[in-house]
Amino acid sequence: MYEQINYLNTSTLLFLISITGILLNQKNILVMLMSLEMMFLSVSFNLIFSSIVIDDIVGQIFSLLILTVAAAESSIGLAILVIYYRIRNVITVELMTLMSG
Amino acid sequence: MYITTIILPLIGSLISGFGGRLLGYYGASIFSTSCVLLSFFFSIVIFYEVGLCNSVCYVLLSPWINVGTLSINWGFLFDPVTSVMLIVVTSVSALVHVYSISYMENDPHCPRFMSYLEIFTFFMLILVTADNAVQMFLGWEGVGLASYLLINFWFTRLAANQSAIKALVVNRIGDFGLSIGIFAIFYSFNSVDYSIIFSLAPFFQNYYFSFLGFSINSLTFIGSLLFVGAVGKSAQLGLHTWLPDAMEGPTPVSALIHAATMVTAGVFLMIRFSPLIEYSSSVLGILVVFGSLTTFFAAMVGVFQNDLKRVIAYSTCSQLGYMIFACGLSCYNVSMFHLTNHACFKALLFLSAGSVIHALSDEQDMRRMGSLSYFLPITYSVMLIGSFALAGFPFLAGFYSKDLILELSQTSSNSNLNNKITALACWLGSLSVLFTAFYSFRLLYLTFLNNSNSTKRVILSVHESNLLILIPLIILTIGSIFVGYLTKDFFVGSGTNFWQSSIFILPFHSNFIEGEFLNPGIKWIPFLLSMVGIILATILNLSNFTITSWKIQSFFAFLISKKWFWDPIYNRFFVYPILIFGYNVTFKNLDRGFIELLGPYGAINFIPSWAKSIKNLQTGQITHYIFFMILGLCSFFMIFTWLENINSLAFSITLYMVLIFFI
Repeated sequence: MYEQINYLNTSTLLFLISITGILLNQKNILVMLMSLEMMFLSVSFNLIFSSIVIDDIVGQIFSLLILTVAAAESSIGLAILVIYYRIRNVITVELMTLMSG
Repeated sequence: MYITTIILPLIGSLISGFGGRLLGYYGASIFSTSCVLLSFFFSIVIFYEVGLCNSVCYVLLSPWINVGTLSINWGFLFDPVTSVMLIVVTSVSALVHVYSISYMENDPHCPRFMSYLEIFTFFMLILVTADNAVQMFLGWEGVGLASYLLINFWFTRLAANQSAIKALVVNRIGDFGLSIGIFAIFYSFNSVDYSIIFSLAPFFQNYYFSFLGFSINSLTFIGSLLFVGAVGKSAQLGLHTWLPDAMEGPTPVSALIHAATMVTAGVFLMIRFSPLIEYSSSVLGILVVFGSLTTFFAAMVGVFQNDLKRVIAYSTCSQLGYMIFACGLSCYNVSMFHLTNHACFKALLFLSAGSVIHALSDEQDMRRMGSLSYFLPITYSVMLIGSFALAGFPFLAGFYSKDLILELSQTSSNSNLNNKITALACWLGSLSVLFTAFYSFRLLYLTFLNNSNSTKRVILSVHESNLLILIPLIILTIGSIFVGYLTKDFFVGSGTNFWQSSIFILPFHSNFIEGEFLNPGIKWIPFLLSMVGIILATILNLSNFTITSWKIQSFFAFLISKKWFWDPIYNRFFVYPILIFGYNVTFKNLDRGFIELLGPYGAINFIPSWAKSIKNLQTGQITHYIFFMILGLCSFFMIFTWLENINSLAFSITLYMVLIFFI
């Protein structure tokens, strides 16, 4: 029981930290991608722990899939970042306001 | 023949109105006049059959409205009251038509004038012959409409437009009361037919309406509302302001509508509904009070008028007051008798005033007249007779009816009758006789006998009117002399069965005989008062005697010459506030303000500004977008969990999340 609450807290805390990272970061888009990775990590944690707790393999399969997706996503994100840097020579988030409403 | 009498003026009106261009000036005049004349001859026959031969006639044409319990028919009831009214209306109308042929000779719209006169006659006939209240109301509104059209006949004049609108609107106030009265009749009797209402009326003596939380006797309620209608139409005190202004129309119109026929419709209504209002003594009291006040007020105001036609208009108002309070004294037959006589001599006075005005090239101010008895001897003679008849000179028409009314009001001197309101009527009515005689002879002196104040140009063109104008005058003069004497015995003679069941007087209210046994000294009072009035007018006009020496007296003279400030008071307290309310509140605040703000203007202004502020939320900063996404997610969760269970763990978690992000 103690572990169960702990894992929930851990993953939730991790998730919140990553969200705060995305939200409060205004300088660097790289940090944003890292926070995104962290978010995937927290979700994977959650799935793996809960698959152990409820004794079901599906959670672990899902976490594997998430790993794949996260890898693909971060590679595409980095690619976009590289192309963006090539065009504008900055990766500062707060300067990306060319498409305001 | 009965229906033809009513339909003929309508046919004449339609043909001379729509086909006036084809008929030409004389064609339209002669055609419409002959229609009314024919109608007049038929009504004489009707009078003979219905009135003299005692055969009441009831013509049922067709159903008009048939909804549930409400069934209204086109029905025409010819009873003695109707037959007398028919004679009055068609005879005055026919004479006015004849008169107008010559009077309106130089007017380019003569066919239109004839058409209006005839549509008026038609509606008046509908009014008097109707067998139910709704059909009567049709005629009632119709004569109001015709009155509007006729006052506004010279529609290019602003004063005519204003007074026509005033006449229509002030009349409409009374009509409003009358229509509510008709609704109340239907509410309590479930019918609007005269026969049903009148036969049921005795059973409703103790039937009470609940109105605004008060419990009101139904007959009192109905009677008062009908009287409101009569107040408007018959220009009783309160709604009398339209009648003097209605003198803006052509003079024949004043004679036809505002003297002889339309204004008598209110009195006719009271007489017609006698079986109903007899059972409510409070309504009779109201009639007496209002009638006598009107008599006194109008007679006093008439003394200080300088417009020839307005003097006669106020005298009409005053005489109508006599008729109304005669109704209030339950002497409906006397009221009807006075109505007939009054129609004769008032039409005569108006038409001869028209003749004077015609002779003086449309000069109406009495102060600019004078010495006309040399130039217009016939007009002078007929007007003299008319004035004597109005003043109640013995053995002329006014004497028989007016003095009878006054005698009947004097029966309150019989102490055992114990009727205090009648004393009011007696005092005011008797005093009015003095004023009536005074202003009639003031009018005569200023117009015909004093030195002339006209300009030379006017004097040179003075001429006696032609035969078409004089013939109606002479016929009416004969009427003014003889009608009272000839009809007294079968209208108001004791024991006459002329009225049969058309007029109902409770035996309890019948004080008719009391009038015959008055002290002769009292009976002389009205005659003496009218003589005093005549002598006073003579003294004031033949000598240089002035009365405006005391201060309080001149104040009263000023007050009366301003007509007791009725018009300014109405304007100040009713007309302007209502106009201002209409402009500021209903127009500016409600229509242009509130409703437009909610409707079109609001939508036009509100949606773009709101869209703009929403657009400004999208700043382009990714951080802001994320913030809104998370905020939306959190509130979404929060709402759902809140809906499920407020104390759940998930709720507290999401609440913490939201709090964290807001911090």
